Formats: sequence, structure tokens, C-alpha cells
Amino acid sequence: MMEKMIFGRFIPGDSVVHRMDPRAKILFVFLFIAIVFVANNAWGYAILLGFTLLVVFLSKIRLYFLINGLKPVFILLIFTFFLHLFFTREGDLLFSFGFIEIYEEGLRQGIFISIRFLVLVFMTSVLTLTTSPISITDGIEVLLGPFKKIKLPVHELALMMSISLRFIPTLMDETGKILKAQMARGSDIGSGPMKERVKAVVPLLIPLFVSAFKRAEDLATAMEVRGYRGGEGRTRYRQLNWQLADTLSLVLLAGLTAVLWYFRA
Amino acid sequence: MNTEILSFENVTFTYNTEDETMRPAVENVTFSIESGEWIALVGHNGSGKSTMAKLMNGLLFPNEGKVKVFGHTMSEETLWDIRSQMGMVFQNPDNQFVGATVQDDVAFALENNGVPHAQMVERVHVALSQVKMEDYKDHEPHHLSGGQKQRVAIAGALAMRPKLLILDEATSMLDPQGRMEVIETIRRLRESTGLTVISITHDLEEAALAERIIVMNRGQKHVEGTPAAVFNEGSELTEMGLDLPFAMRMTHLLQEAGVALQEEHMTEDKLVDELWKYYSRA
Amino acid sequence: MEILLKGVGYSYAEDTPFEKRALTDVNLHIPSGSYTAIIGHTGSGKSTVLQHLNALLKPTEGVVMIGDRKIEAGVKAKDLRNVRRQVGIVFQFPEQQLFDETVLKDIMFGPLNFGVPEKEAERRARELVVQLGLPDGVLEKSPFDLSGGQMRRVAIAGVLAMEPEVLVLDEPTAGLDPRGRREIMDLFHELHITKNLTTVLVTHSMEDAARYADRVAIMHKGHCMVTGEPKAIFSNEEQLQDYSLQPPRSVRLQRDFEERTGLKLGEISLTEEVLAKNIALAMAEGSRSL
Repeated sequence: MMEKMIFGRFIPGDSVVHRMDPRAKILFVFLFIAIVFVANNAWGYAILLGFTLLVVFLSKIRLYFLINGLKPVFILLIFTFFLHLFFTREGDLLFSFGFIEIYEEGLRQGIFISIRFLVLVFMTSVLTLTTSPISITDGIEVLLGPFKKIKLPVHELALMMSISLRFIPTLMDETGKILKAQMARGSDIGSGPMKERVKAVVPLLIPLFVSAFKRAEDLATAMEVRGYRGGEGRTRYRQLNWQLADTLSLVLLAGLTAVLWYFRA
Repeated sequence: MNTEILSFENVTFTYNTEDETMRPAVENVTFSIESGEWIALVGHNGSGKSTMAKLMNGLLFPNEGKVKVFGHTMSEETLWDIRSQMGMVFQNPDNQFVGATVQDDVAFALENNGVPHAQMVERVHVALSQVKMEDYKDHEPHHLSGGQKQRVAIAGALAMRPKLLILDEATSMLDPQGRMEVIETIRRLRESTGLTVISITHDLEEAALAERIIVMNRGQKHVEGTPAAVFNEGSELTEMGLDLPFAMRMTHLLQEAGVALQEEHMTEDKLVDELWKYYSRA
Repeated sequence: MEILLKGVGYSYAEDTPFEKRALTDVNLHIPSGSYTAIIGHTGSGKSTVLQHLNALLKPTEGVVMIGDRKIEAGVKAKDLRNVRRQVGIVFQFPEQQLFDETVLKDIMFGPLNFGVPEKEAERRARELVVQLGLPDGVLEKSPFDLSGGQMRRVAIAGVLAMEPEVLVLDEPTAGLDPRGRREIMDLFHELHITKNLTTVLVTHSMEDAARYADRVAIMHKGHCMVTGEPKAIFSNEEQLQDYSLQPPRSVRLQRDFEERTGLKLGEISLTEEVLAKNIALAMAEGSRSL
């Protein structure tokens, strides 16, 4: 199941969306999250859904892949839908069976909330699927740049993030290896009563910590020897490049806001 | 135009100076390396060679004696200047890869030293082609083999155009193919640029490629000289936990088996040569 | 105990966009009491095969027989404890698996998991540290205070303490200095003989395969290409080259020697010692016949 999950993953590609400046994409998603709340009727939600599908289309991510990869998220979505359906008691009674009563307003709310949820998940997924984690980090570092003035360690945070990203696959591999080595010594993490399972995690976690600390120490040495002394006086190899498409995307978003406002009840 | 690149003058270092029973990790070591040389620093695990590496790049400072690099005595003041002119490759290929991709990693030291962007692009490109990794510039580290990661680390050092490259057990975690890739890369670099190289290793096969070998034993300099001269120590090296190169081991085994070879041989070719002469004489 | 792989295939992350095939139709027989070396280039599937030997991985196609136990693709395998106890694996860089407060406890971890009584487990640990040449008093120390070479030995002791019938070794000497390498390989060979073990060695070192193994299997691109005696495998240089491998150095030197002098040594020399003896012999005879 986890292997099929695409939430938070990056799929390299060459679409308009892939090529956009990460700053533009991050801003776009943040503004979009706010704009979603402007919609408050069927028209508004239909427009939002259409707009989101347009962005997915532009990103050249296959809709099937997106839906399939987000299955666990849909379970949450369906749950939210039914929650609203059953527990909102306003408007006309549409249907009743025993203690279950469904009202018009409940159905409306259920559908609207689901769409809202769906477009948010789709839009953020498009961001992570089309932007490499390191570009997102770059984008955040630059966007947060002004906060350096209030002594926020922006450069250090970004570096921490990029190093963590860099080491995730390494540590995943290592976890697998240690797990197998302990299984070969008769440790059984996947079964037995809870108490046994917790005990079985120790032989996995300790070696993992020991190795992570060793790696951190080695990495610190390597960085120091290569002249790392903090953000002061550093230049950047990765350059961000704001283009016309980036400006246009934000203009488009402004257009969407205007349209939503117009249709607002 | 031989100028001194690095020297140790009576260097002693103890990890815990409070503890009287503690043996110094490095004891009264003196040597000097000139520009353009390839030096191998060999010793078994725990012979003090990794401590020496740390003394060379200013991660440690000697308790006694002096470490001089590029004519400057290593100290808090000269440290960063010295480091910007020396490249270093460590043992574990994973733990020194800082960048998200190959090219980001090569650029890391350049960024730290404030090199302007246009120059960085150029230097990253050149360095990657020197280690034949241009085709991999957008690859992420976990998609590379150990040997490839070490070549990227070498490129990262080369991008700074260093005067000195130190390989600290850089091949000891690699498979035979990876080891060959790295050694081949160093060889080519030496041929094309004459870069000064110090390789710290316990593999005498690798050390045999250097021009001069310094053998460390229990924190002291045991012997220093050309590979041929050093390997003449024979059994003494074996007792220290080191292994002679294959051709030399064979020479000794043949002598024991009654083949009266006259010379010590560093390469298989020369050994077969003498065997042939010996045979046709008989 | 014998192990048999029949038509074994394995894919990582099956049925996903990230699927990766590692093994295809692998047939491999490891007879009881044999010392089998599995050689092959990095990425040839050696490590994947190794993990099938005690069911850490289950085949996605085919069957693995471990003693009488049958592990079959598509069939759920329950309670693998017994298999794991019988087949011990020393992984590459095994010191990474150390975790307990003391060396003693760490070595006892495996046996205790398999239900060995505490006293017996402790007896085994005490015996093994001596056998592995670890210093006195090491049992009460934390494994993390030891040198790299000592940690490696403790980790190996931890596997041996399970008293497995099959011992699987994955590059057990990687990263050690030459003396440590030789000592550990000799120890495994001694155990193989004295304890009547079935040993499987996965290695990059043709020299080790030639010196210790009595059977050699070559892996290449997820297939098991050939199995045979070391002498047969290592005298076929062309075949080795097809799989990007080289004969051991002694064999290469023998070839050069024979080409240069025109003498024939009679048998292929798998170790340096044998080669030296054979050359001396051939030269003595050769000069007599001149």
C-alpha cells in the first residue's frame, strides 16, 4: 500500500507546471488554499473543480495515477462526506430509514466539503509531484528570505531540510538492512503481543540511531573540511528563474478569485 | 621548482592528555611532502594514520610539534585559507555527499567559498569531466555506486582547484570495481595535472602506485621510502598486519619453494620475466 | 542441511510503477556440507539470492527448499523461526546490527530469541569470544566502545551463537585490514570443517572463492549462470569474462608463466601457495629434461 502512495512524491517530467519557478508554485498553492474558501455555492465549487482539473491536465500527470495513488486520502474524504450527510439536520428531509435521516443541507454540505477537500489535496499533490523536494526547499528559502531580518535562521533551516531529504533514502535502506539482520537473529517485529513488539523495536532503533549519529558526525567533518561556515558569504549554485509563465499563473489565480467572487451567493 | 606542500615537524598528539596511561595516537612524527608527489601513508587499523589525516586538515591540532601546509603553520587563523586549497575524500561514500544531486554536491565547496555563479557552472562542468561523471550530473546519490560517489567526491575537491588532494581510506569500503575506478581516476589526474596526492590506506597494492610510502606503526613513523625499498622490509610489514603486494608475496613463496630468485618484484610482469630467465639459464 | 532453489524469480515492489526485477529463473543447489561461493558483479542478484536462503525474502516465482521446509511463491509462509535458527546470516558490515548494553547480552540475543536457555546461551557466548580472539573482559563492555575490527567479531559471534547448520556469509571481511581479513576467513573455514557446517560465501574476491570453496556459482543479471567446482570455473577465463569477472590472481599469473616459459603446470593453481609449489616443481622437472 505504502509503495503505491504518491502523496509527497516527486515524478520528474517536462510540463509547463514542472518548469515553473518553485516560488511561484508555492505562492500559488498557498493563495489557492485561501481562495477555495471564497466559493460558497454550486457554481463556485464547479468552477474550483474545473480549475483544478485544468491544472492537473497542464501538469501532464495522469489522472488515473493521481486517483490511484491517493486512495488512502479518499477514505478520509468519504468519511467526511458521510459525517456531514448524517449529522447535518437543516433544510428539507430527503430520506429517512430507521434512525438515519438525511436532510438537503446535509447532502449539500457533504458534497461541498468533499470538493473542497479534493481540490486542496489535488493542488498540493500537483505541487509535490512536479517539484523536486530540493527545489521546494530552494523556493521556501528565498520566500522566507525577508525573515532573516528578524533573526530567523532561514539558511540553516533550508540546509537542514535539504540534508534530511538527501538522507531519507539512505536511512530507509539502512532500516531495511538492520531489520533483516535482526530478523535473521530471530527477532520478530511483525507479530506477537504488543509488549513483545515494543521490545522488538529496540534492536532496530538503537543501531539506527548509532549509525545516524555516526553519519551526522562524518557529514559535519566533510562539510567543515569543504569550507562550510554557515550562510554568511555563500553564493548559490542553484538559481531560481522567474519567468513570464510564473507571473501569468498568479494573474490566472487573480482571475479565478474574481470569477468566484462574482458567482458567490 | 619543488616547493614544500605539507610537513610534520616532531608532531605528537594524544586524544586524552589528562590520562597518563594513554599512549599518544601520533608520536614524534616528522616528514615532508613536495609539490607534485604522490605519497601513500600506510598502516594497519589503529596505527595512527587517521589521526594524521585529521591533523593535516586542522580538525585536530598537535600537542607538540608543528604541522605546516602550503608554508603556513596550521592554526585557527590559517585553517580556512588552507582548507580552501586542499581537497579531501573520506572513507564512507554516503556520509560525505552533501548535495541533493551530483552537480549540487560538486558545487558545495564553491558555494561555501563564495565563488560567483557563472564561474561555478564552468568549474563544476570541468571537474565532473575530469572524473568522467558528466553524464550523471543530475543523478541523486542513492542511484550511484560506491565508486561513482567517490569520484563525485573527488570532483567536489577538484572544483576548488586544490594544491593537494588527500584520500583518507577512500577505497576501503568499495568493491573491487569501485576501487579500480577510483585508483584509475587518480592516476589519470596525476598524469594530466601533476596534482600532489596523499593516499592514506591499508592496501599496499594501492600504495605501490605511489612514489613514496610512509609506514606508520603504533603511532610512530616506522619507515619511509620508495615502494621497492619499503617492501624490502617484508616480514616486518606482515607482522604489522599489512599485506605485501601479490607479486612480492609470490616472490617470497617461490624462494621458499626453492626457486632462487635474485630480485624482489613489484609487478607480475617482472616476476614472470625473471622466472623465464631463471628457467632458460638452468 | 541442503538448500534448493527451483525456478526462483523475485521482483522488488511488485505491481507498482516502481517495480524492479532482481532474479529470474534461478536454479541453485547447495548440498549439505558443501562450501559454496556465490560470485558475480555488483547488481548481479547475489544479495537477493542470499536473502532467500533463510526466507527473509520469499520468491515471487518458484520454490525454495530449506531442508524439509518448502517456501513457495504465492503461498503464505508461517512461523519461519526454525528456518532462521538453522540458517544463520552474517551480513555485510554486521557490526551495524549491534545494539545491546554489553557484548555478552548482544551475543545472547539470537540464542534467547530461539528459546535457548539463558545458561546455555551464556556458555556459548563465553566460548565464542575466545574462539574469535577477542580480549579478556570484553563480555562486560559495551559493544560501542570496541574497535571496528572487534565489533565485527562480536557481531559474527552473535550469529554463530545460534549454532546454525548453514552459515551464510555476505562479504564478511569488507573494510577490514589484510590481517583481520585472513584471520576471519580462516576461522570460518575451520568452523566449516569442525562443526560440519554448510557454508555459503557471497564475495567479490575470486581469491577467497578459489581458496575456500568447493563449489562456485556465478550470478549475472539476476540469473544463476553456472555452478561447478572451483577448478573448472576458474580455468574457463572466457566464460568469466562474459560475466565481467576475472580469474584469481594466482590463476592469471599461472597463465602468464605458462605462456612465457612454455611449461605446463598440470593443474590449475587456486592459491598462491599451490602456485609457488607447482612452479618450483615444473622448473625442476623442466630443467632436468633439458
